[in-house]
Amino acid sequence: MMESLLKLHNIHTHIGQFHILQGINFEAKAGEVSVLLGRNGAGKTTTLKTIMGLTPASNGTITFLDENIEKKPTYDIAKIGIGYVPEDQGIFGQLTVEENMKVAMRKVTDDALEKQDYVLELFPDLKKFWKKAGGHLSGGQKQMLSMARAFVNDSKLLLIDEPSKGLAPIVVEKVMEAIMEMKKRTTIVLVEQNFIMASRIGDTFTLIDDGRTVQQGAMNELIADDELKRKYLGIG
Amino acid sequence: MDLIISLVINGLATGMLIFLLAAGLTLIFGLMDVLNFAHGGLFVWGAYTGVFTYTLTESFLIGIVAAILTGMILGFLMEKLIITPVYGNHVQQILITLGSMLVLQEMIKVAFGPNAIPVSVPDYLAGSWELGEVILIKYRLFIIIVGLIVFGIFHYILTRTKIGLIVRAGVMNKEMVQALGINIKKVFLFVFMTGAALAAIGGMLMAPYSGSIYAEMGMEFAILGFIVVVIGGMGSFSGSLFAAVLVGLAGSFMAYYVPSLSLAVNMILMAIVLIFRPQGLFKMAKG
Ligand SMILES: Nc1ncnc2c1ncn2[C@@H]1O[C@H](COP(=O)(O)OP(=O)(O)O)[C@@H](O)[C@H]1O
Ligand SMILES: [Mg+2]
Repeated sequence: MMESLLKLHNIHTHIGQFHILQGINFEAKAGEVSVLLGRNGAGKTTTLKTIMGLTPASNGTITFLDENIEKKPTYDIAKIGIGYVPEDQGIFGQLTVEENMKVAMRKVTDDALEKQDYVLELFPDLKKFWKKAGGHLSGGQKQMLSMARAFVNDSKLLLIDEPSKGLAPIVVEKVMEAIMEMKKRTTIVLVEQNFIMASRIGDTFTLIDDGRTVQQGAMNELIADDELKRKYLGIG
Repeated sequence: MDLIISLVINGLATGMLIFLLAAGLTLIFGLMDVLNFAHGGLFVWGAYTGVFTYTLTESFLIGIVAAILTGMILGFLMEKLIITPVYGNHVQQILITLGSMLVLQEMIKVAFGPNAIPVSVPDYLAGSWELGEVILIKYRLFIIIVGLIVFGIFHYILTRTKIGLIVRAGVMNKEMVQALGINIKKVFLFVFMTGAALAAIGGMLMAPYSGSIYAEMGMEFAILGFIVVVIGGMGSFSGSLFAAVLVGLAGSFMAYYVPSLSLAVNMILMAIVLIFRPQGLFKMAKG
């Protein structure tokens, strides 16, 4: 039995006067890829932002490594070991790839440098365009830079929001391979609309609809359940 | 020719003083999204405490140090007590910083009296050099050099050091900076105190240049500072130097050739920029 790294219990989130999340329950186990699924506007991005403290929860608890984090500021949450790869990648466009990595690397330690070497092996493009402005990278390269930034610190958990969005199939393939590689060293929570990809690399799924968790389980169960896929994902 | 050179030097010197004020203003706006209408108050307090110390110690240099310290202390208090509670609310920011500006200005009168105080250039910076026909006033050159040194130092910090990279990253995407584990509040405080110190240096350098200091000088210069921030692009450090020099030169030439337009020229410059490049000449691209 693997230990639970992250656990959301009955999470509610308000943005302004809107009640966006209305009961998210979800668990990520160490070493697994947990996939959040659900149609557009279901609340997947908001769930990740709530974990990061960017749109703080108004109710419910989030535990990470047995610590309650739902009231912590974003930078503390990052520091205790959660890396975030946002939907828009959040690249600092006027900074070079190198400078983006510098801002990300909180402490220049042997461990961090080793991790940086490792991701640069994984994404040779980043090494190639080391001195190029982040804003001038291709969509796929921005995705890789964003993942590299999140990984370079001692992140025990990576939150990755729709990494395949807007990318050409061949680039998606590369990104997915990289995620599977990173999985060997860290735990991943992935939002992915591309069900083929999601089912290939996900160990477990959590289905979100209208801001609520409607189903969770092993990925195999979802693959076999045409009814569930039709109802919430519009496929199958 | 000598006239042109003299007008250029005059314009550059004024431009550098405006730059010292605008540099902090633009970074504070770009990074913290805060409209600080009290920035001129830091300028005038820098001038008064600097001149006070200069008179007391007879050392201009110690006067500058005093101005810097005043700027940092006032910047610290202002950020903690006045700005922090109103982050994210522009209307409240305008009201409370405008109010603070008036309070700072009136406090000057309470502390130093209501009348203008004459200030003279220190001996070693007084007078001028003559190069043939051209007369170079030493103090004006001094201001230009100090301005360039300050620009150089801060350009270095912003492009070559970690804290500088973080500040620029913060201007582009605050949320992401925090999601990378950086306490943006500490960065805000650092930038605010630095911007305040720069404004205070500007005030102190301004004092011997204009020959006297008075409580309203902060407000007058802050308006120029805001114009420069708009022209240069909100959040752009290099843009603020470029725009400040532009405004300084325009003011200097207009005052000589078309004096009736010398006050309006800044507004005209700003209007032109807003019409053709509303993001400013050097606007920082987001993302
Ligand atoms: N800043 C916001 N203000 C108001 N509504 C928002 C905001 N952000 C997201 N929403 C709403 O919250 C819901 C969930 O959005 P999101 O989490 O982005 O969905 P997903 O990532 O699953 O597509 C949507 O209905 C969206 O319109
Ligand atoms: Mg989304």
